Amino acid sequence: MHNKTLTELSAGLQDKSFSSAELTRAYLDRIKQFDPGLNSYITVAEEQAMAMAADADARIGAGTAAPMTGIPLAQKDIFCTEGVKTSCGSKMLDSFISPYNATVIEHFNNAGAVMLGKTNMDEFAMGSSNETSFYGPVRNPWNTDTVPGGSSGGSAAVVAARLAPASTGTDTGGSIRQPAALCGITGLKPTYGRVSRYGMIAFASSLDQAGPMTRTAEDAALMMNVMAGFDERDSTSVQRDVPDYTANLNDSLEGLKIGLPKEYFGEGLDAEVGKAVEAAIKQYEQLGATVKEISLPNTHLAVPTYYVVAPAECSSNLSRFDGVRFGYRCDDPVDLEDLYKRSRGEGFGAEVKRRIMIGAYALSAGYYDAYYLKAQQLRRLISDDFTRAFEDVDVIMGPTSPNVAFGLGEKADDPITMYLSDIYTIAVNLAGLPGMSVPAGFVNNMPVGLQIIGNYFDEARLLNVAHRYQQATDWHMRAPAEFE
Amino acid sequence: MSLSQDDVKKIAHLARLSISDADIPAYEKDLSNILGLVEQMSAVDTEGVVPLAHPLDMAQRLRDDVVSEDNRREQYQSVAPATENGLYLVPKVIE
Repeated sequence: MHNKTLTELSAGLQDKSFSSAELTRAYLDRIKQFDPGLNSYITVAEEQAMAMAADADARIGAGTAAPMTGIPLAQKDIFCTEGVKTSCGSKMLDSFISPYNATVIEHFNNAGAVMLGKTNMDEFAMGSSNETSFYGPVRNPWNTDTVPGGSSGGSAAVVAARLAPASTGTDTGGSIRQPAALCGITGLKPTYGRVSRYGMIAFASSLDQAGPMTRTAEDAALMMNVMAGFDERDSTSVQRDVPDYTANLNDSLEGLKIGLPKEYFGEGLDAEVGKAVEAAIKQYEQLGATVKEISLPNTHLAVPTYYVVAPAECSSNLSRFDGVRFGYRCDDPVDLEDLYKRSRGEGFGAEVKRRIMIGAYALSAGYYDAYYLKAQQLRRLISDDFTRAFEDVDVIMGPTSPNVAFGLGEKADDPITMYLSDIYTIAVNLAGLPGMSVPAGFVNNMPVGLQIIGNYFDEARLLNVAHRYQQATDWHMRAPAEFE
Repeated sequence: MSLSQDDVKKIAHLARLSISDADIPAYEKDLSNILGLVEQMSAVDTEGVVPLAHPLDMAQRLRDDVVSEDNRREQYQSVAPATENGLYLVPKVIE
């Protein structure tokens, strides 16, 4: 059962080949068997999952099921889940039981999906390797001595190891696409504002966006049909109709214009990863697409710009963790300042503290123009690069990550080297565009991701472009041998 | 761009973070390196470029000033470290 896609599981549930209770139990058993070696879940919600499965079975029996009814899913531990611990990978929220649900969670509940548990992640989504988690690193199912990527590392690992048929992630600078690439699965970061951020613990509010992490593009389309849509509780949610993301999956790619940014194939890209990506592009030419070289000349500024914008917004967002209203409080504070400082100093890990301090510095008196304002101006230039590119091409392709998964601990002591692992993904967040990563081969038995970047609100086309490739290749069907 | 240990202490205070003296040198080095990375921005002439605050250049959506949520104080305060009579408790501020 665990090798079936969402589409196949949905069909099996509807024709009663198996029940949601049986399916959910099968996944819970796999989690018990395999998760101790991966550390991909922070919380397994066994009791709630079985109760939700029973409700789903009743709904299927009554003939009122939706496509996702009865499907077990893993939710990133950044989404508030009523009655279930929501830690965001931090000691700060280690004992936090959310009193309400995120909108994304509400949507899945209304669709009748089952929540297996909450997945491990970099603390407050700040990291590219899942090593900043208070709960310890997740291991990559393809080689447990390597990282799964981050920050949605647990969500990527559970799908790769078949410990959930699909999961949710969030992406501020690559946190869906990079772990999807490193774990050999499919991940979609939608356009900024397409999926509600309500109840999704904020890191950088002008960049954060939630999306699906799945085996196939078809499955991602099913997930998007549930996740996307306007939410009046999110002030940056976009009021725009949501298409049926499954409707155009099979459209022909004849005449599709693909742009290849020369900046994404230069220095820093692993040569073997580059070859795998080039082979994927060749496959697209065989499917009828045309390819042209383009330039995104401000690409090299994306990482520096991001490391002002994201920390500035993080220092503002994380000021809510004050030891007063929720979360960790230090023992025996002598006064209010001591309460704030020690609760935060003891509750946050090193990477989170680094980013809060960079942000506080960049926003402090006398530095605003040199840092935050400058970064917002560069953000405009980076965004304009894409606008110009999309005048000539339909989608942009390149590598998701410059390397395959690196070793645990290899970059953990060097923040800058770690930051550069997101060099191809960060600009997409700064521009607010949708982007995907799809499995596109292997280097030394480790997965390689092809990144596909689309124009604003062009998620349906990205899914179509990814789906047609997956009809012609089987990279996305491979599983690590121990987890087959 | 290089920060001093005093700078680190000042920033930690601004951000209300207690940092042990033993950790200050590591933060001094890491924060200086990050600011060094960020320094690449200053090489670009951005005269006249309009800052981008929202990726879709959208304005903030407004709503009518009406009560739209139920009062769930008890539930929300159930996750607080210390409350009394519906109020959050902190160490004494006024003598």
